Amino acid sequence: MAERSFAREVETLRVPAGTEFRGEGILAVTKALLEAGVGYVSGYQGSPISHLMDVLADAQPILEELGVYFEPAANEACAAATLSASVMYPVRGAVTWKSTVGTNVASDALANLSSGGVTGGALVIVGEDYGEGSSIMQERTHAFAMKSQMWLLDPRPNLPAIVQAVHDGFELSEASHTPVMLQLRIRSCHLHGSFVTRENRRPAFTLREALESPQRDTNRIVLPPASFLHEREKIEQRWPAAVKFITERGLNEFFDGDIEELGIVMLGGMYNNVLRALMLHGLADLFGASRIPLYVLNVAYPLVEEEVLRFFRGKKAVLVVEEGQPDYHEQNLHAILRRAGVDTALHGKDMLPMGGDYTVAVLRRGLRSFLERYRPDVLASAAPAPGHAAALDRVLPPRPPGLCVGCPERPIFSSFKLVERKHGPRHVSSDIGCHLFSIMPPFNLGATTMGYGLGVASASAFNVKDGKRAVAFIGDGGFWHNGLSSGIGNAVFNRNDGVTVIVDNNYSAATGGQDILSSRAVNARRSTMHPIERAVRGVGVEWVRTVDRTYDVTRMRDVLEEALTTDYQGPKVVIAQSECMLNRQRREKPRAAAAVKAGQRVLKERFGVDAAVCSGDHACMRLSGCPSLTLAPSGDPLKQDPVAYVDEHCVACGHCGEVADAAVLCPSFYKTQWVRNPSRFERLVQALRERVVGWMQAGQARALARRALYPEQA
Amino acid sequence: MNDDMRQWPITIAVQALGGQGGGVLVDWIVDLAEHGGYIAQSTSVAGVAQRTGATIYYIELVPRSALPSDGRMPVLAQMPVPGEVDIVIASELMEAGRAVQRGFVTSARTTVIASSHRTFSPDEKSVPGNGVADAVTVLEAVRAQARRFVHGDMQALAVSHGSVISASLFGALAGSDSLPFAQEAFEDTVRRSGVGVEASLRALRAAADLARQPAPAPAPVDPMYTAPRPLPERAASPTLQPLVDRVRRVFPESAWPLLGAGLARVVEYQDVAYGTEYLDRMEQVLAWDRQSGGAVRGHQLTVEAARQVAVAMAYDDVIRVADLKTRAERFARVRAEVGAGAGEVVQTEEYFHPRLEEVCSVLPAGLGRWIESSPRLRAWLEPRLDRGRRLHPGTVWGHLQLRAVAAMRRWRRGSLRHLREQAHLGEWLAAVQRATAGDPALALELVRCRRLIKGYSDTHARGSGRFDRLMAAAALLAPRPDAAAALESLREAALRDASGQALEARWHALGLPRP
Repeated sequence: MAERSFAREVETLRVPAGTEFRGEGILAVTKALLEAGVGYVSGYQGSPISHLMDVLADAQPILEELGVYFEPAANEACAAATLSASVMYPVRGAVTWKSTVGTNVASDALANLSSGGVTGGALVIVGEDYGEGSSIMQERTHAFAMKSQMWLLDPRPNLPAIVQAVHDGFELSEASHTPVMLQLRIRSCHLHGSFVTRENRRPAFTLREALESPQRDTNRIVLPPASFLHEREKIEQRWPAAVKFITERGLNEFFDGDIEELGIVMLGGMYNNVLRALMLHGLADLFGASRIPLYVLNVAYPLVEEEVLRFFRGKKAVLVVEEGQPDYHEQNLHAILRRAGVDTALHGKDMLPMGGDYTVAVLRRGLRSFLERYRPDVLASAAPAPGHAAALDRVLPPRPPGLCVGCPERPIFSSFKLVERKHGPRHVSSDIGCHLFSIMPPFNLGATTMGYGLGVASASAFNVKDGKRAVAFIGDGGFWHNGLSSGIGNAVFNRNDGVTVIVDNNYSAATGGQDILSSRAVNARRSTMHPIERAVRGVGVEWVRTVDRTYDVTRMRDVLEEALTTDYQGPKVVIAQSECMLNRQRREKPRAAAAVKAGQRVLKERFGVDAAVCSGDHACMRLSGCPSLTLAPSGDPLKQDPVAYVDEHCVACGHCGEVADAAVLCPSFYKTQWVRNPSRFERLVQALRERVVGWMQAGQARALARRALYPEQA
Repeated sequence: MNDDMRQWPITIAVQALGGQGGGVLVDWIVDLAEHGGYIAQSTSVAGVAQRTGATIYYIELVPRSALPSDGRMPVLAQMPVPGEVDIVIASELMEAGRAVQRGFVTSARTTVIASSHRTFSPDEKSVPGNGVADAVTVLEAVRAQARRFVHGDMQALAVSHGSVISASLFGALAGSDSLPFAQEAFEDTVRRSGVGVEASLRALRAAADLARQPAPAPAPVDPMYTAPRPLPERAASPTLQPLVDRVRRVFPESAWPLLGAGLARVVEYQDVAYGTEYLDRMEQVLAWDRQSGGAVRGHQLTVEAARQVAVAMAYDDVIRVADLKTRAERFARVRAEVGAGAGEVVQTEEYFHPRLEEVCSVLPAGLGRWIESSPRLRAWLEPRLDRGRRLHPGTVWGHLQLRAVAAMRRWRRGSLRHLREQAHLGEWLAAVQRATAGDPALALELVRCRRLIKGYSDTHARGSGRFDRLMAAAALLAPRPDAAAALESLREAALRDASGQALEARWHALGLPRP
């Protein structure tokens, strides 16, 4: 079960045509797919389109009613390969993933698909994870579109435009026999807005019909001589067809303005922020009227030469706004203008930064330099940006993301730190997932990350005989994405002597807690409960240790130590299992609350720290890093440093106590066991205990009173 | 176009921490606006930030009544622009500071609504000393920059009404009157959400009331500071009265509160005679202080020593821990902490891990030393002793176990640990005495260095090791005119990071020889 449920929201997918639909960008995209009569959808989760996958999963009943097939793919290559259903058959298909990382993985299938071309509309919806909030390398999906000659849509960031782009994308794909990419930026995926709905449509051609009368055409398969034919088709037929469709349907937009000698070319996705920057210069209004003519590229690739020339001719200067680098558009526009002998000045990355977010503030500065050069007279005087006290910069602490309260991965890294304390530091290869937070304080573990599922593979070279063994971390998400073959299989084949730690927390947790093969939850629609240990042994690993409770720091430490020091030569795999706490709490908390309400016996646990015993050294926090383990005043004038304190978010995973114990830190930790609705027997035992203990405590209190200085202490 | 150009959206930036429910607050604001005749657009940057990092949400609102008749819709920005934000809502104090740092707060237009509570960052928590960021600087910076600043502990307020912080922040927004909607409309939004409605409404109303009151001035003290209580006229126990009288008779008044705290600690720790020992030592310190003209410095040496000598004498050991863990007041505190009602069953499980060293240290000095010096005996004992133990002071057997350990108090004076602590204390005070004669400021720093020693096992060993190094440094630095400042910088470096890198760097910078 995914972290966020859209069960309530997906009901809105059934609204009749003509309704005003309010919701997030991803929900709007799902609605648009249904309106477009999509036949199948696949994808792989990852921010910013994780929720699109979650919405689709939660919308399964609606999809089934409409005859739409949906599957969460094993990885992006798998999702892209699914689009082969649209090669021979007139069925519309859509796939989605996080880009550029997902597109990297998918690019083999995408290149093959683009080469042979498609019959049914094929839409690739990519979440462009660029700029603030991104968790990946800063690259552009644009490059993939260019290299495989797929068309790339980048609609204006409002729901009607995004929905329209889904419809246009399928039609463009069919008109040009080419897969089409639709890119949505981070903020557009999470954009709340509204649009007017159309009727949901069943697919015009079903997958069942395709299976009933299978078709094949060797000319669609990438094998010589067809592959050479494909290249000719791309240039001579598909590209012109696309240009014709884009032009006739007016996918790109022109907005007139009274300052005719200037112009701005921008990607659709940049439109809103450019408009706001213009508005701040007094050159546009809130409703889209601009004094400078605009050419909005809702189709980022290919550029339509004829449109470009129409916009540029007669202008003194044009500014091109494209976020990220390289500056594909600027280069392309220069080539078009030079070929046509148009001498309009073109500015872009000379006035705007080469890399980084094009925030409104950045665009405002870029526009200012453009206008200062050509029309300083139209610029309104700008208010200076607010400054602030320099003292603030020194005070504000950074706040990096980290593992959640009670995360089962924390004890794995604490254990590893304890092993390192004894055996010295190791080379650690990290992977992608929540466990990558190990690279930050308090753990500071992990030297590289080479991609999802590639943690084990990236330790391959360190297969040194009798050397200090290298360690690779990989999550269960990465393991099933490709790590089983690229990491484990590879290590077996090459007799790697390293240690692999597989973090098995039941879900693809970092992307929002989606189920995977080894999930230990019953999923009505997917086959789960396939243990990682069986898979690992199946590809030939002999040394496998499964720790089924990561919170047992002592055992975790001993197993890691054994893996690092055993005489066994060959790959050693430690499977560290405990359920993702975020998901666990989401399920268990309401259940426990309901049980308490119903009068059932419920044991509630949480941890605490005795302030009087705590030393105020915070070694526990340096080893644990749990967000609920925090600071409080000592309450003791003799103790100047703040003491440790466990706040109310504690889920009683016990890690702080375990670490304090395993690391022999201090005896200040305790676990509180609170029995709600205790049985009669428990009450009786408690009463007896209280009587005897209370009698002893009374004696203790008298002794303390004889030594008390302050009145209230007695 | 000129007329239209006057129409601007209402802009709202929400700075929250992952997991705080910032999304709920944003959904409420959107719902409020849409039901109030506005077009609302919200965006957020989630990504990895949702895992406890800082997250920014952004909302723009445009009244439907302002839409042009030609059917054009507003073009709304997807991110806050420095200088162009009307309302900043920060769910934690440092995040309010971050909004100022990012330029979102302008004196001309920005209302800032912030919770003044703290969620400490990893950096603040990992410091071995006090790494808590200075809240007053942040409060002042926000106040200086904001048009209006509404703040209060919205977290505590929400919890006290059984709700979550999004409800109290939403209430504070209602009470700030910075949006064109009445409080009733805010309440309707909460009702429509249908989850935990009554508790949320209580938190909302309380926060709205708070926002309508004038903002309180920030308390200019370190929230982590605990002030000593005034020395009582009469001791609670008559046996301590002579000691209290002695403090009043002999010591300067500025030292009374901490001497009281110190006295209370050592007597509670051991016995009344131990209190006399404490005051004997303190009288010596006072004499040195006076000889070096400490009166003009407010007897700083005596005041600081009152704290540190007491801590040194009441060193952390398993006897004291056992005593603290079995007290009735502690049982009551634990029950209150979880919120257990009368008649409900509450037990605690204590995490103990005494090693052979700790066991030897509480034994009579001779026996302890004999075991320590016998490798064979140690090898036999270690695996039998060195393991984690879980004790249950709420059970009769568990309580007896701990009381038995606590009862060793009467033999504590003869223990190996006590002997060592006394010797260490003596050396330290001798060093203080030597320094007092030549450089009183250095002597004061030497006293303060005792703060490094704390905790148990490894922590204690690390702290003691650093303390010893600082003692050595003090001897080397003594001839220098800036010895006190140099020692202070070393101490601060030692308290700044546990790995010791800061201390090494400082050590090197001072040109001290490698140890």
